[in-house]
Amino acid sequence: MVAIETFKLAKSYQVGFWRQRRREALCPLTLAVEQGEVFGYLGPNGAGKTTTLKLLMGLIHPTSGSAAILGCPLTDPRMKAQIGFCPEQPYFYDHLSARELLVYLAALSGVPAADRQRRAEAVLRRVGIAEHAGLQLRKFSKGMLQRVGIAQAIIHEPKVIFLDEPMSGLDPIGRREVRDLIQTLKDEGKTIFFSTHILSDAETLCDRVAVLNHGQLRGIGVVADLVREVSGRVEVIWEGAAASDAIIGLAAEMHSSGAIFRAVLPEPMLERAVDSIRRSGCRLISLTPVRATLEDFFLQRLEREVETGSTVVSGEGAS
Amino acid sequence: MIGRIRVIAFNTFREAVRDRVLYNLVVFAVLMVCGALVLGRISLRIERLVLVNLGLTAIALFGIVIAIFLGIGLVSKEIERRTLYTVLAARPVRRWEFIVGKQLGLMATLVVNAGLMSVGFFAALLYLQHRFQAADGFLLVALYFIILEFVIITSLALMFSTFTSPLLSTIFTFSLFLIGTFAEDLRAFGALAGGFTRALTTGLAYLLPNFAVFNVVSEVAHSVPVPGRLILFNSLYALLYATAVTSAAVLIFDRRNLK
Repeated sequence: MVAIETFKLAKSYQVGFWRQRRREALCPLTLAVEQGEVFGYLGPNGAGKTTTLKLLMGLIHPTSGSAAILGCPLTDPRMKAQIGFCPEQPYFYDHLSARELLVYLAALSGVPAADRQRRAEAVLRRVGIAEHAGLQLRKFSKGMLQRVGIAQAIIHEPKVIFLDEPMSGLDPIGRREVRDLIQTLKDEGKTIFFSTHILSDAETLCDRVAVLNHGQLRGIGVVADLVREVSGRVEVIWEGAAASDAIIGLAAEMHSSGAIFRAVLPEPMLERAVDSIRRSGCRLISLTPVRATLEDFFLQRLEREVETGSTVVSGEGAS
Repeated sequence: MIGRIRVIAFNTFREAVRDRVLYNLVVFAVLMVCGALVLGRISLRIERLVLVNLGLTAIALFGIVIAIFLGIGLVSKEIERRTLYTVLAARPVRRWEFIVGKQLGLMATLVVNAGLMSVGFFAALLYLQHRFQAADGFLLVALYFIILEFVIITSLALMFSTFTSPLLSTIFTFSLFLIGTFAEDLRAFGALAGGFTRALTTGLAYLLPNFAVFNVVSEVAHSVPVPGRLILFNSLYALLYATAVTSAAVLIFDRRNLK
């Protein structure tokens, strides 16, 4: 069953003094996220990730198109009680303590009065700041506020959770804890839609990802399928400088450390590279297939856009 | 729905109470009442008149300053600080519920604030007269009218807060308060003028808030009774005017993109 669905959802702003120029913040976006999926929404800063999230949250109104969450329109309060949202760099009422804030937001979400306090304590424990429950939020660090942001997104046990850059402001331990938390939420059957520009996080957690740039969808699919497009390279390590010129000629990227050389080159060039090494009398140390990362895919897409000057690359399969 | 509005109102009230600026204003108001007391002591035979005039005016002025000061930030501050994202984005809270909750929270703050200042005022009056008189009951009507003024001012500040900056909201709200204080003069001017000027001034006089009708300080200071009809009409006027302005605030806020 589809949890999140957008159909040609678009947002543009009128800019300039007379508001006559039009800036496309999000070009018509069509995608679907299945229930129980962890869906990564990737793109560089200014790609349109936060705009999409704000549209889905009803904070801004679309210029055209439509969207539905759990089969309901975005304005449906019954649907809103079943979703959670952690904004990027969340800000809260700093006159409240973490516990007070969570009890307040739980009340707005319709959590019964008898359960609010207990749930607030539980989620604060879950995000690792239970010992600061009574501290006013104005005394919280950025990382602690990020954790409160995640806590308030899950206090009412929503079915679908939207996280905008959830790892932002967290130290490596915090990032790992949030990754574990997202994994646990997935195991509980929640649908998670999270935006990030930290690709390793997406690669670790996501069932599928969408890549966005300049407000347009550049690619969508399973991480393994996307990275397959840019894989097919081999790392070659050898000893002895004699073969280096010949291998550079094979369009390889090369590094050296003393007499040890390392080159990464396209798979079809492998035979010729090994021949060169042998002919030069160098000692071949290892041949290792390079596993492409999401970052490689991402960078390749961006580079291709710069080279061709194109702005439109369709999303391959919206769901 | 009622529950959510109540929760937002309570949080708004709690925020104001924890705001140190509010306490400073209360202290100032207490000082004003004490000052009125001293002035009353040095005024021959008109101690009550001076005390009532200064005390009620101080309560009204400090309340209006608090209403404008807090009202202009009610929505714009939430947008600027992005605190409303977690309230409106993924909670079953409608935008109008948020607006109404904020307004009721601010009204509760003002009523409690005016109440505390009134306690100081009546204590000063008791100290001066040694006992309460029957005419002192009319002072409660004057206080009630001051609260009705707060209702209109908070709705105006809140409306401006939905679409403009705190500075402009302050200017607009304060200007309307000033114009509204002289609304009767505007009406009188309209009656004297003719043609287009008459239509314009009369139209403006009905469109702009009329704060003059709430000012009975002079009457109650002279122990003149306030007619029941005026209490009823003023209550209806404040309620209808504030409802119209708050509805406008809801319409504007509903269409806004919360960037």
